[in-house]
Amino acid sequence: MAAVSERETTVWQGKVQSRALVAGDGPPLVFFHGAMGLTWDPFLDALAESFTVYAPEHPGTTPGQPDAIKPIDNLWDLVLSYYEVFDELGLESPAVVGHSFGGMVAAEVAATNPSRVSRLALIDPVGLWRDDAPVKNWMATAPDKLGPLLFADPTGPAAQAMATPPPDPETGIQIALRTTWSLACTGKFVWPIPDKGLKKRLHRITAPTLILWGEQDGLIPPVYAGEFENAIPDAHVELIAGAGHLPQMEQFEQTANAVRGFLSE
Amino acid sequence: MKISMFHLMPHRELPDDFEERYHSVWVDPPFHELATPERVGDYYNWTLDELMHAADLGFDGICVNEHHQNAYGFMPGPNVMGGALARATRGQDVALVQMGATLPTTNPPIRIAEEYAMLDCISGGRLVAGMPLGTAMDANMGYGITPIEQRERYYEAHDLILKAWQSRKPFPYNGKYTQLPMVNLWPRPVQQPHPPVWVPGMGSLSTWEFAADQGHCYCFLSYFGHARGKAVMDSFWEFMDSKEKELNPYRAGFLQLVAVSETDAQAEKDYEKHIKYFFEKCLHIAPEFTPPGHQDYRSLENNLRRMLSQQMSEQQRLSDWSFKDYVDNQYVISGGPASVRDQLEELIKSLRVGNLMLLLQIGSMPHELAMKNIELMATEVIPHIRHHWTDEWENKWWPESLRGGRQMNAEAGVAAVAGGS
Repeated sequence: MAAVSERETTVWQGKVQSRALVAGDGPPLVFFHGAMGLTWDPFLDALAESFTVYAPEHPGTTPGQPDAIKPIDNLWDLVLSYYEVFDELGLESPAVVGHSFGGMVAAEVAATNPSRVSRLALIDPVGLWRDDAPVKNWMATAPDKLGPLLFADPTGPAAQAMATPPPDPETGIQIALRTTWSLACTGKFVWPIPDKGLKKRLHRITAPTLILWGEQDGLIPPVYAGEFENAIPDAHVELIAGAGHLPQMEQFEQTANAVRGFLSE
Repeated sequence: MKISMFHLMPHRELPDDFEERYHSVWVDPPFHELATPERVGDYYNWTLDELMHAADLGFDGICVNEHHQNAYGFMPGPNVMGGALARATRGQDVALVQMGATLPTTNPPIRIAEEYAMLDCISGGRLVAGMPLGTAMDANMGYGITPIEQRERYYEAHDLILKAWQSRKPFPYNGKYTQLPMVNLWPRPVQQPHPPVWVPGMGSLSTWEFAADQGHCYCFLSYFGHARGKAVMDSFWEFMDSKEKELNPYRAGFLQLVAVSETDAQAEKDYEKHIKYFFEKCLHIAPEFTPPGHQDYRSLENNLRRMLSQQMSEQQRLSDWSFKDYVDNQYVISGGPASVRDQLEELIKSLRVGNLMLLLQIGSMPHELAMKNIELMATEVIPHIRHHWTDEWENKWWPESLRGGRQMNAEAGVAAVAGGS
């Protein structure tokens, strides 16, 4: 496992303090995490073998900084604040990878100022909407209903790992608090329908783009892969078999290899 | 005391197996499987008749509230009901307690300032202006308000409404959630500087702080009775004391389910199934419809700890409860007039509340039985308990013209029952 260090960032006129987890060697890569918060996992370890991975936490989701969400009023603020995070981390035009909610953030950052993103990989991103295939409302789904939406195999090891409660109650409270508050903070930019106009901006992306999608994603159906592919000028899709909404957990080697291979081209 | 009747306007005829067959009473119950517009028309009219009966009999106030996509209470427009009641009570000294129009879901919020001012004009200054934050089910699920923004929207809407009522000149309003080029309210409320404001809450510290800072009345709206409410109200009074606020009982309101009959035994016969219906069906609410962000970070942490300490929630146990359990645990005050009087006395003293809201039509309770409950409350109970606090304290949170108090009107009750059913 890579040695992971923490970098504090302070942006938005000093009002937003967050943390980025950093590890690895090689060209810079920014990873934007999904709605449930950042966890350093084997997928990020695998990326850190080829890249210096910077994984910033979305405002408000860093432990000890729950109020950092308050000064970021809307998606426009969020995107601009991330350029300031890039500046603090000394990143001019890194490769950017985003999962789910983080995929939407990655696409927005790449579309708003295309020069700040060299290559882009989106894993099961939110951000588009089709009435005939509505994105499930993950903030209002019962825990027992969420498993089958997230995993191709709801009884497999990845699903089990997520469903197993930690041995001591205090850790359980801390995890529940962190996850719930991460959902609350990221929800600020997507509630109640995660379609905030990205479809009007995707054409601006100049970075070569890989779109990865778990073939059995029950949260955001794979039909959306084609929607992203059609809207982004230089993009192609790869479907991951045996994976739902979290291919980097359920099929982490295949997903990591696909991302590393594409970003190293 | 000021004693009002509170109505939720519930569906009274949900199927016996509702809680097994349907996911939730709130947000996603299918209307066309469960109701018809014609029958719902009966419910609305019974609701108005029941509240009018309470007004005619001498209750101090009548209360309606706002919910959306909810089979246990579907007055999405409380001011529609309030308008009917304001007109029908013309000339009576009964207060219209709107508990009320939900601030974060009303856009622009000056709509509430306007409608409340209309009610105050029509009623001749008898409005109590309830200002609810709204539940997650109403605001986040029903009306799409972003959960983490709900409370901030509430504070902004509150400030705008109070300014719109009081400003002598038109003003531009540049808020985060509402921008208006020229606010110039027509009409203005009769009550000056503005009608009394009541803030309903569920026991959160931030709401107490807000009510204290603004000088509003805080109302603890719980369906679980005064025994469980005591810990919350004790903390509330400690908090008010720490803020050096006068411990005037009228600073607080409390909601209580009450069902009175001729005797204790008759109360059980009359009300058991309606009480069970209320707790088993009306409170069958899917927890995932409270999305992350509705609770602020500190409340969330407190609640996670509380959930851990209560291995099994009360809710899960309720399905086995009988009438006796609900009464013994004081979720519901029920019995003959003497028992109900004693328990209400205890509630008033132990919670130190001056504004009592009584839910007297409970769940499936049919119209005639609701009318009986109201009638017995008015004739056998209220005359014995309404003297509390009146000598020592002034109710600054009640329409000024009505602070003197009402007389019970037994004759009106007899006439209404004889002619009405």
